[in-house]
Amino acid sequence: MQGTEKDLTALVQREYKEGFTTDIEADTLPPGLDEEVIRTISGKKAEPDFLLEWRLMAYRRWLEMKEPDWAQLHYPKIDLQDISYYSAPKQKKLLDSLDEVDPKLLETYEKLGIPLEEQKMLAGVRVAVDAVFDSVSVATTFKKTLSEAGVIFCPLSEAVKDCPELVHKYLGSVVPAGDNYFAALNSAVFSEGSFVYIPPGVRCPMELSTYFRINAMNTGQFERTLIIADEDSHVSYLEGCTAPMRDENQLHAAVVELVALKGAEIKYSTVQNWYPGDENGRGGIYNFVTKRGACKGKRAKISWTQVETGSAITWKYPSVVLEGDDSIGEFYSVALTNNYQQADTGTKMVHIGKNARSTIISKGISAGHGQNSYRGLVKVLKGAEKARNYSQCDSLLMGSTCGAHTFPYVEVRNPTAVVEHEATTSRIGEDQLFYCRQRGLSEEEAVSMIVNGFCKEVFKELPMEFAVEAQKLLGISLEGSVG
Amino acid sequence: MLSVRNLHAAVEGKAILNGINLEIGPGQVHAIMGPNGSGKSTLANVLAGRDHFEVTAGEVEFRGWDLLEMEPEIRAREGLFLAFQYPVEIPGVSNLHMLKAAVNAVRRHRGEEELNAMEFLKLIKQKAALVEMRQEFLYRSVNEGFSGGEKKRNEILQMAMFEPRLSVLDETDSGLDIDALKIVAQGVNSLRSSDRSILLVTHYQRLLDYIVPDFVHVLAHGKIIRSGDKDLALELERKGYSWVEDHAGAA
Ligand SMILES: Nc1ncnc2c1ncn2[C@@H]1O[C@H](COP(=O)(O)OP(=O)(O)O)[C@@H](O)[C@H]1O
Ligand SMILES: [Mg+2]
Repeated sequence: MQGTEKDLTALVQREYKEGFTTDIEADTLPPGLDEEVIRTISGKKAEPDFLLEWRLMAYRRWLEMKEPDWAQLHYPKIDLQDISYYSAPKQKKLLDSLDEVDPKLLETYEKLGIPLEEQKMLAGVRVAVDAVFDSVSVATTFKKTLSEAGVIFCPLSEAVKDCPELVHKYLGSVVPAGDNYFAALNSAVFSEGSFVYIPPGVRCPMELSTYFRINAMNTGQFERTLIIADEDSHVSYLEGCTAPMRDENQLHAAVVELVALKGAEIKYSTVQNWYPGDENGRGGIYNFVTKRGACKGKRAKISWTQVETGSAITWKYPSVVLEGDDSIGEFYSVALTNNYQQADTGTKMVHIGKNARSTIISKGISAGHGQNSYRGLVKVLKGAEKARNYSQCDSLLMGSTCGAHTFPYVEVRNPTAVVEHEATTSRIGEDQLFYCRQRGLSEEEAVSMIVNGFCKEVFKELPMEFAVEAQKLLGISLEGSVG
Repeated sequence: MLSVRNLHAAVEGKAILNGINLEIGPGQVHAIMGPNGSGKSTLANVLAGRDHFEVTAGEVEFRGWDLLEMEPEIRAREGLFLAFQYPVEIPGVSNLHMLKAAVNAVRRHRGEEELNAMEFLKLIKQKAALVEMRQEFLYRSVNEGFSGGEKKRNEILQMAMFEPRLSVLDETDSGLDIDALKIVAQGVNSLRSSDRSILLVTHYQRLLDYIVPDFVHVLAHGKIIRSGDKDLALELERKGYSWVEDHAGAA
């Protein structure tokens, strides 16, 4: 059986195709963090006072906080004074159109398969893209179509200038500045991110998408995304991410806040493919992310779908606070850990309003020495009559050196709640692979078929184009050099 | 079709097959019988290319090729089919999906057009009717939650889909009631033709009432100790395996 185990391991090796670096002149702050750095970041962005004050308040809160250690994750302490908190590709002036963007940047995104040229986009899929390169937003495509619908989709730094009242009202309203160690750090130093506002009754005419890229060495990426769906509006949003291959670990501590007002629906999908480190566990992104949505009004709905294949470490719990009566929260997740990757991910569903429903579908795939933990909390408050939750956590193991763990927590303070939890663990066995091969499928085809079968409940939640993308990505992550 | 010469195989250093010789011509049906643990499944798995069985000596020729040099999926694509004694469950993957992927992998290999969804569906429904399998089974995960008999019938359905040149059936009859046995036999018989061969591995002669073999071999301790025609199976049934083993010892 020894040989079989080795074969399986070989099968799950892969190359990271997005690992190139872009040689571009950057305006980078020296490493280190203090109030002065925060003032500088805020100054570079010519921010209003309220924002600087908010950043400083977050920083002071952060100083009093401790890095969380409850997750099933093992990594050396991150030296936060060794990181640069701002890096921007050097650009002479503000840009009006894509023609003025540094061609090297456009090339980078082209290589990543992110179409920034509206011309090309018009011929194909209707997706508006906001691309964030290190700390700044490079281009937002399709601005015109969106503004005709009244949709605001722009870099957060631009929203701060163009609609400060919206930013002031909602920034930190779902994830407060002092929410947790990494969220506080982000609040203090966040450099860029996307802002979305959908007006009442509007169905956003296209998928919105942000593409994050960490390029510079020894920088952290601290983007902050704020999405507001006003009453009875609808938006579908996709986030993708990659980073170059580097031997050092890079920190990514993002915050995403979603606000869904009465009758509004937000669908947020992530395909996370940060550099996972090499097969010996060297390098890779440390991904410490706080994502939370609030269903503020009646019948509001927030749905998180994530496909996490990258990062050396993933610490991420996209959550929904179900304040409105009849509101709906959903979490669909595929997390893959290979080689020495570690993921501790899951969700929190907090039931406050009446008749709110939540669904959790989590699929963890572990291969190599990967460690995959699901951590979820279903909390039903006293007044949350007739709360309903269904959770399903499935783990798929390949080989015998990886691990899967589940930590489902349930806190129910209302007797009318119905909370269901199911969990399974299975293994891709040599016998399954042989069975498929005897029917004429190659080993790679067999693995990919089994893994995709395992994930299909989640993939069907992704917008079509991205489902195909995710399927391919998972294929690449598991199929070694094939594909 | 298949020519096995002096085949020896071991698992974890323990010798299990000790010099098998077997010639199967086109259109022939051979039955291999033998007590539990005699090496029947080992022979079937070695033919299919399972890698934890180590071939220590001998050679196998299949349709002119050196079978032992071929990867398992290539053997399958070239027309060797194994109906497993214990079919494996694959949760999350529907029977339909797996079979479509597999049938098309085989067709690609042979330079044939792949079947589209409609063509495939038409074909599989036709074959499912042959083994009297309800259509809902096509949409269920491969073998998951199937009863023993349903799994065996699913193997025959797959066999019918691939129309293999050489089918190796490893105790497809065990655990089947008489009605299911007849259905399985009917499926197998419908595939009999002058350019296809069948190797039936069985413990009981009951199956041979429905699929009448051209040759019967008795396997004991990893060796074929006796060969004959279908009457050998009947004799074996009457006298028990100890009879041939004693004889082999005396000879
Ligand atoms: N994977 C395996 N590991 C160890 N021993 C095995 C394995 N497979 C079969 N054997 C042994 O090989 C012998 C023959 O088994 P098998 O071919 O399954 O017999 P049969 O199918 O005739 O009942 C038995 O002694 C069995 O225990
Ligand atoms: Mg057997």
